[in-house]
Amino acid sequence: MYDAGKVILGIVVFLTLVTFPLWYNLAGETVVQAPELEKAQGTQCVADTEWMRARHMDLLNDWRDEVVRDGERYFIGPDGERMEKSLSNTCLNCHVNKDKFCDHCHNFMSVDPYCWDCHIIPKEVM
Amino acid sequence: MLEKALVGDKRYWTWVISLMAVIGIATLFYLKQYSEGLGVTGLGRDVTWGFYIAQFTFLVGVAASAVMVVLPYYLHDYKAFAKITILGEFLAISAVTMCMTFIFVDMGQPFRIVNVFLYPSPTSMMFWDTVSLSGYMVLNIIISHVTLGAEKQGMAPPKWIKPVIILSIPWAVSIHTVTAFLYAGLGARPFWMAAILAPRFLASAFAAGPALLILFCLILRKVTKFDAGREPVQTLAKIVTYAMAINVFFILMEVFTAVYSGIPEHLEHFKFMFLGLEGNSMMAPWMWVSSILAVVSLILLLNPKARRNESWLVVACIAVFLSLWIDKGMALIVTGFVPSVLGAVPTYVPTVTELMISLGIYALGLLMITVLYKIALSVRGQWVTKRIVETQRSPVKAGS
Amino acid sequence: MGIDRRKFFKVSGLTALGLAGGSVSKVFSGEDFLDTAAPVRPEGPLTAQRWAMVIDLRKCHEQADCNDCVTACHTTHNVPKWENPKDEVKWIWKESFEHAFHDQEHPYQQESLKHLPTLVLCNHCDNPPCVRVCPTGATWKREKDGIVMMDWHRCIGCRYCVVACPYGARSFNWRDPRPKIQKIEPDFPTRSRGVVEKCTFCEERLARGMLPACVEACKYGAMHFGDLEDPHSNVRELLSKRYTIRRKPGLGTNPEVYYIV
Repeated sequence: MYDAGKVILGIVVFLTLVTFPLWYNLAGETVVQAPELEKAQGTQCVADTEWMRARHMDLLNDWRDEVVRDGERYFIGPDGERMEKSLSNTCLNCHVNKDKFCDHCHNFMSVDPYCWDCHIIPKEVM
Repeated sequence: MLEKALVGDKRYWTWVISLMAVIGIATLFYLKQYSEGLGVTGLGRDVTWGFYIAQFTFLVGVAASAVMVVLPYYLHDYKAFAKITILGEFLAISAVTMCMTFIFVDMGQPFRIVNVFLYPSPTSMMFWDTVSLSGYMVLNIIISHVTLGAEKQGMAPPKWIKPVIILSIPWAVSIHTVTAFLYAGLGARPFWMAAILAPRFLASAFAAGPALLILFCLILRKVTKFDAGREPVQTLAKIVTYAMAINVFFILMEVFTAVYSGIPEHLEHFKFMFLGLEGNSMMAPWMWVSSILAVVSLILLLNPKARRNESWLVVACIAVFLSLWIDKGMALIVTGFVPSVLGAVPTYVPTVTELMISLGIYALGLLMITVLYKIALSVRGQWVTKRIVETQRSPVKAGS
Repeated sequence: MGIDRRKFFKVSGLTALGLAGGSVSKVFSGEDFLDTAAPVRPEGPLTAQRWAMVIDLRKCHEQADCNDCVTACHTTHNVPKWENPKDEVKWIWKESFEHAFHDQEHPYQQESLKHLPTLVLCNHCDNPPCVRVCPTGATWKREKDGIVMMDWHRCIGCRYCVVACPYGARSFNWRDPRPKIQKIEPDFPTRSRGVVEKCTFCEERLARGMLPACVEACKYGAMHFGDLEDPHSNVRELLSKRYTIRRKPGLGTNPEVYYIV
């Protein structure tokens, strides 16, 4: 290999820069706090909290496909009643404050889902 | 081999950096389009596809035309094309890249384009066009890489590449056929619904592509030590002549069926294109220029004396290229929408944003051609740079 | 109209009974932490084997200034109102007769007919070219009732469907529609820029047991909506008794919106 020294040095510098945030956090013993989310108004969510935390996006994707593509708009909720598979109407019925629930965590995680480009936050139009 | 593109003289870098500057400016225009939506283009309800899709269509033809050098060389062992097949293949790679970029900038939701692969839809011609274009791209990258690599080592290319090259020949025909099928199978658009559309696409491609290749060969002869030689350029000129004559013949076939049958939904489009419809004659001057250029080019090309004179050949090739660019890159797509399905006669003028983005994509294609041709010629030691001139080679001045 | 609706409720009641024992709705794919065995249906969705519409242009023509169906549709579905005609988004609108049926015009046609405001909307073709050309399955024909659907999550905005539709029924969002929606209707999403939209025969209302918004809004009984497969349905009755035409039948798309002229 030509210029082996320069190449290896380059790779080392690159890796150091890329992994810098990791080293910085380890050295500073920074403890990252998960954001406090606003309590929901209902008694029970459609699934348990841990599962929803990890998989709510899959649930919403499934709901989306089932409602739009298969025309299956309803499910049986945890209390046995029929509920609509609806982000605006079912989810946000209990999680009334989108800013303090959805956005708070999404901002923390630096994710930007496109749900709200189209779906309506009920209180914003009321 | 890429390292060959990283050394060059001042002239080379000026050209490369100018192209990059154009691409940079075009990117800014694209960001504007991306944030505001396709409303910044001249497109609208009635004319839904325009300049971008037209450039895509035209460039698929340029890409497919590589077959006009590959076929004689590999299938008929026509040795005169030995030096220029790689130029044809590299032209194809650059043209396909431009095609894909034009499709990308035309999408309303460009980052969802993966949906085409996530939810493959075999009934859609757009799905097949994606498949055939990406396949053609891969084939040409493999072929050019392997053959040029072997040439660099001073060896014959490996045997397994031969069937790949043979496969690329029908594949080239397929990309432009499928692109024609995008349009030709739509009952809603009588202007495109002609069985001759695919053959016509191929004929115009095999005229415009080799015409461009002739121009490239002559430019390279001027600015580098590479000389394609007289024979291959003359053979290409004959190919351009036949293809252009067939293309004009096909267009006249279309005009005949539309005019003689007199069926309004076919005739109206031709009226719009050549005469104007309900006071809208935006396309007519362009089409007359295109027609005149076609006639001029044919007069020059069909006349052996003019064709053999390289100065006249250059004029003829420019005429062929411009004529076909107007025909395919402007008129063909837009005319399909005028009159609209509801009988309205809409106007469409591309906006500055649209033209700047298109210019940027052409600059990207030219940059790719420059870099790829630089690599090919450097491998052969035919790219004259100042450094080489001074140290290794005979004192031929760059630009002589 | 009243008769239509009563008939629907009869049909839908039977449908609900029929479904009560049967279909099992998939609630969460892959996860079974909830009881999904119970059949899940709302009270009385309107169902049919093949939805179709009959528009009585004579009645419509008498009310030249009436725009109720268009307004109802466009407010229900958050359709934006653009000033520039090239950006326009429309699900249902009035075209002149000569535009809507422009293969039927002749120079001596009665002036009134030429300019007869003709309601046009997606024809929900039985053989829809838009569906054939879509490269992602973002638009498709529903097996159960023939409605040509749109999935705005999947659409890549290539506009091939707009090009393939012989009726101009599809609109593309050239810009962000939100600022141009006069009053946002919370029960229906808006669209993002860069996707195609069109009439869906109000499938979201049918699922809740309601007729399409335009049909419901029409005070003059000019719009009829029903099951083409049911020989006793309102639409079949009209089709068997009245002279009706369809737009561009020669293209083989088999449009399912019929016009009484």
